[in-house]
Amino acid sequence: MKSSDRYVPATARPVKVLVLGPFAVGKTTFVRTVSEIRPLSTEERMTQAGQLVDDLRDLRGKDTTTVAMDFGRLTLSPEIVLYLFGAPGQPRFHGMVRSLMDGALGGLVLVDTRRIDASFDAMNLLEEARLPHVVAVNHFDGSPRYRDAELRDSLSLDDQPLVSMDARRAGSAKHGLIALVQHILDHHRRLEHAR
Amino acid sequence: MTASRHRRAGMIRSYAVTGGDAPGTRAGLDAATLLVADPGRPLTGLAAQSRRVMDLCLPGALSVSEVAAHLQLPGAIVKVIVAGLVDSGHLAPRAPFVPAASPYSADFLMKVLKALEKL
Repeated sequence: MKSSDRYVPATARPVKVLVLGPFAVGKTTFVRTVSEIRPLSTEERMTQAGQLVDDLRDLRGKDTTTVAMDFGRLTLSPEIVLYLFGAPGQPRFHGMVRSLMDGALGGLVLVDTRRIDASFDAMNLLEEARLPHVVAVNHFDGSPRYRDAELRDSLSLDDQPLVSMDARRAGSAKHGLIALVQHILDHHRRLEHAR
Repeated sequence: MTASRHRRAGMIRSYAVTGGDAPGTRAGLDAATLLVADPGRPLTGLAAQSRRVMDLCLPGALSVSEVAAHLQLPGAIVKVIVAGLVDSGHLAPRAPFVPAASPYSADFLMKVLKALEKL
């Protein structure tokens, strides 16, 4: 790594975006895909105690879970640097997630169509905090595909954006971020207009 | 001072790493706050951990979280050290952008959007 790659432009304004969702939904993958630096993380092997708590239905091949938080970085211009924080999904980390929401631009809630209801928790946390967010369906190989209308119904979404993406591909993952920023900009303009 | 050697062995308590400083600026520091070092400030007299933070930040800007990760220190500890360096003028903090009711906010959001679309 060149030393210049380690740093961000001194003129940049940071923008914090949270990536939320249940255990093994692809938060770490998303952060890794989008980040320009090797994500800095504190991922550790899950303990026996954790296995009793975490839901392992149909999640073969996943033997670790994020127990602290990992984050990545994306310099967008000399003026803008995006920080992506993948927040752990388990309820025992809610306090940490709430403090992360402070100062955040918004959140991306990842959904796995094999267990849509597992993302309600993250959506509720963001709604409670009144933090703008977008629901992003992360498609896994072999996960069921539903029509947008069906997903909206299952997720009880009104006019919130819903996007589909593949967290493993940069070109696809960025659509989640674009939808989020567009959503916030639209909201901002409506407020400006109403004034 | 041999704090870093002892820290790895788990010998030094958190309050000793921070020199027992009470919070001040700390409350305003976010995990994503960007830190820009002032190269004009003398480093003499700084505690070892503060010196490590300055050595890391002098070549370029980094966020509080990156400093914590690079120095392998908990975020809460780094915030205390950084707050001291902000108070002494060694570091200038830049808080993460949060939209406010201003034309600047709309402009900035638009720039973020355009940059993402160009990726």
